[in-house]
Amino acid sequence: MNWGGLLLVMILLSSLVPGLIIFALPERSNRPRTFLNLGGAVLKLLLILLMIIGIYQGRHFEVRWQLLPGIELALNSDPLAALFSTLSTVLWLLTTLYAVGYLEQSPNRRQFFGYFSICVTVTVGIALAGNLITFLLFYELLTLTTYPLVIHRGTKEALAAGRVYLVYTMSGGAVLLVAVAWLQVLAGPVEFGRAPFLASVAAEHEGQLIVLFFMFIAGMGVKAALVPLHGWLPRAMVAPAPVSALLHAVAVVKAGVFGIIRIVHDVYGIQYAAGLNLLLPLSILASLSIVYGSLCALREDDLKKRLAYSTVSQLAYIVLGVSVAGPMAAIGGLVHLVHQGLMKITLFFCAGNLAETLGVHRISEMNGIARRMPLTMAAFSIGALGMIGFPPMAGFISKWYLGMGALAAGKMWVVAILAVSTLLNAAYLLPILIGAWFKPQDCTWPEQGVTARLETRWMLLVPPLVTAFLVVAVGLLANAQISPLAWVKLIVGMEYGP
Amino acid sequence: MPDTAFWAVCLVVVPLFFAIICFVRSSLVAVLGPMAAWLNAFAALGMTFSFVHSGPIRYAIGGWQAPLGINFSIDGLSVLLIAMTAVTGLAVSMYAIGYFSLRIGSAREISRHEHQRAYFWPLWLLLWAALNGLFLSADLFNIYVTLEITGLSAVVLTALSGKAAARLAAMRYLLVSLLGSCSYLFGVALLYRTYGTLDMTVLSRLISPAPLMWVSLALLTTGLLLKTALFPLHFWLPPAHANALAPVSAILSGLVVKASLYLMLRLWGDVFAPVLPLSAYVLPGALGCGAVLWGAGQALLQKRLKMLVAYSTVAQLGYMFIALPLIRLDAGSSAWEAVIFLIMSHACAKSAMFMAAGSIFLKAGHDRIDDLDGIKEVLPVTSFAFVVAGVSLMGFPPSGGFIGKWLLLGVSLSSGQWWWGIMLVIGSLLAACYVYRVACHLLVFKAPFYSRREFIPPVMEWSALLLAVLAMILGLFAGYPLGLLEAGGPFPAQACLEVMP
Repeated sequence: MNWGGLLLVMILLSSLVPGLIIFALPERSNRPRTFLNLGGAVLKLLLILLMIIGIYQGRHFEVRWQLLPGIELALNSDPLAALFSTLSTVLWLLTTLYAVGYLEQSPNRRQFFGYFSICVTVTVGIALAGNLITFLLFYELLTLTTYPLVIHRGTKEALAAGRVYLVYTMSGGAVLLVAVAWLQVLAGPVEFGRAPFLASVAAEHEGQLIVLFFMFIAGMGVKAALVPLHGWLPRAMVAPAPVSALLHAVAVVKAGVFGIIRIVHDVYGIQYAAGLNLLLPLSILASLSIVYGSLCALREDDLKKRLAYSTVSQLAYIVLGVSVAGPMAAIGGLVHLVHQGLMKITLFFCAGNLAETLGVHRISEMNGIARRMPLTMAAFSIGALGMIGFPPMAGFISKWYLGMGALAAGKMWVVAILAVSTLLNAAYLLPILIGAWFKPQDCTWPEQGVTARLETRWMLLVPPLVTAFLVVAVGLLANAQISPLAWVKLIVGMEYGP
Repeated sequence: MPDTAFWAVCLVVVPLFFAIICFVRSSLVAVLGPMAAWLNAFAALGMTFSFVHSGPIRYAIGGWQAPLGINFSIDGLSVLLIAMTAVTGLAVSMYAIGYFSLRIGSAREISRHEHQRAYFWPLWLLLWAALNGLFLSADLFNIYVTLEITGLSAVVLTALSGKAAARLAAMRYLLVSLLGSCSYLFGVALLYRTYGTLDMTVLSRLISPAPLMWVSLALLTTGLLLKTALFPLHFWLPPAHANALAPVSAILSGLVVKASLYLMLRLWGDVFAPVLPLSAYVLPGALGCGAVLWGAGQALLQKRLKMLVAYSTVAQLGYMFIALPLIRLDAGSSAWEAVIFLIMSHACAKSAMFMAAGSIFLKAGHDRIDDLDGIKEVLPVTSFAFVVAGVSLMGFPPSGGFIGKWLLLGVSLSSGQWWWGIMLVIGSLLAACYVYRVACHLLVFKAPFYSRREFIPPVMEWSALLLAVLAMILGLFAGYPLGLLEAGGPFPAQACLEVMP
């Protein structure tokens, strides 16, 4: 194995090994567990940085492990993989910190943090997967490792949500398995990063390839929560806040969307997919999800549920951007992968803080809450304004590129969808902000007895402030050389050619 | 250095010898039994290495040739199954040490445990010797003898628990097993009458479509299907496997059914393959589909853990029969490889599951699935082992089951008969459903869990986990066993080449 390959394996091991050790530690040993968790996260971040520096220097990391002829596990560091793995790793570090604070008193932490670590290993595995089989392997493992987290509370609702989650994701996984096997029969093993892959397959398979495309979208769409496959996501809200953050920003939905990007960019190739007229149905599906998700969010009074529906809508932006088939729109979609993650995780951290500190779960209870928890609500407001698309925040950049891309591709209706969606975003997020900042408190909060010098425990407060800062930073510094936008432009430049 | 033949003879003689000693000197079983298990595993290891070194052989014991003597034919398939038996058998043996050393309940119960141990070891070693002999034998009559010994010792092992339900199940098992053996023996006699030989390699060259051949094939197949418990002949299996003692259940489900299955594969995949039309393979395939659906459906309805695991065996056996038509269709050897992966991975996973279920039963005092919430607080390793084993039964990557499913799916899609592949996927979704039924109780946190005070020895927990993890990561190391299969050369690859028109 070469050194570069070793680096990729180390990136996976840096969270797998702590996870396994945590399982072996007794429940009471909190300090070693926290040390392992944070140590693993920091180490992973450093390794990822090393990888990115390597990529900037024009190096290519790869490692392969042959199971059988035709079945090969491969890890690969193309720029898209680097984008997703960096996002996951950064957010994981913050989420771990948050989870340590959040679960300070609760039982069964050993299991929680064990699975938590393994879950991130698997997510980064998805990011780094170098071919379709490796992707499938990690994609299926992600289902398994997130399930114990979803049912962590062990209540009836949690178990029911876990069941729904499994039904959706397992069925999606089965469809995906068939699709991958079928494609392999038609075209041999599918490697990522060597697009356009399918152009080499003879034209006589076109019919099958069209069917396959929709099977892939169905398989990935479950995790990506595309309407009508989104049913599990709002229900999974019973899980603890760090898990919601994980589901919505770091791992699960991102894995689904990332898969769709891989299918469109690396397996079919934009030109080829557009040639088969596959992208229009995909963008219609995405548009439906955008509008429907927002409409559902409007109806919800439960804060976390509203945010969950908002995820359904926001994720579809990414799919929309990829499916509009123009470089500008693709930039908008891909960069939203990062921006949505930052904004959504901020919102969920804040929602968790409100629930953990004040016992507030409903939007109708949030009037005047900003006076009690100004820092939390400031972070929340930044996240929410970003979602709506106020300049100069992250969401604005995404929407700007999406809109420009749609115009460039001559698709006015996409611009209309974006406008409607922005209005809807404002309609379900602004009232929360107005209530929190400007209305007087009109009900008593069942304080949860958190004693801290600040408005809540520092471990709960730091992560949302950092992510809120990042939301502003990636917007303001979008043109800097190290911003996600610059990185995404590099990726799209490779896909669409110079 | 001893050669393959030496190790092969050891693999039969050593367990047989120890079985006899254990039987006459029952005071020594606690020492001799485990010792024999280790020796067996060592011999299997020795044979594997020597096989890798020198390739497949045929060996006539004592130099006596076919009609009188006993011939061994050792190829990749034999070696893999011997190795599988050794690994699973060793883990079960370790588990059994812990299991029979438990001191539970009244003085009477303890003395019953002693009694059970005194019979378990000789019978299990006898069974092991017979299994090894079966996988090594070259001709169908020797196989009959080993099959019969396997069946009889399995029946007695089933009855060992002494409960009324177990005795009834064992009785039924005995009748089925005898019926199956009879049918098989008639088939063998007819073959001998027609071709004058029972050596499988020779037979596969001589075989020609003739009325007597068809009758004999029907008899052989019926006998083997009865013993393998393929749907709808599975009725005896769930009660027998569920009511036996935990280590016995693990042996029965993990290994014993594989003996007749192996023979079925040899006959349908190799010996009779040149004359059988493709349409003939639809029958086992269709029955396999039935088994997958029925077994999984029944598993979903069970209230008791061990019954659920037993029905899961019915379903999983169906999988391996779905592979039969695909073996016939496949131009290469990937369907063969797939079915071998399914067998090996099922042996590990299912034994682990029964071992875990046994520990859970002992600790909780019952095995009602719905009342197991929180058991992971008292048996964390065991609960985890059960879930991991379940995941590998579902065919999740990177388990051996996944490799098997993947290869079969590929064959079925490329050969145009995609429905077999779809059936496999449906089967694994159903497996996911019944595993989930248990897993959601095993994973959930609930304190405090009421349990008996008995201490489950760590060896019982860890042997189950080890097997489960082995089943789970088998896929990552798929290259090695398949290398063995190909190094063995003649068997699958060439047989399939002959089959091809």
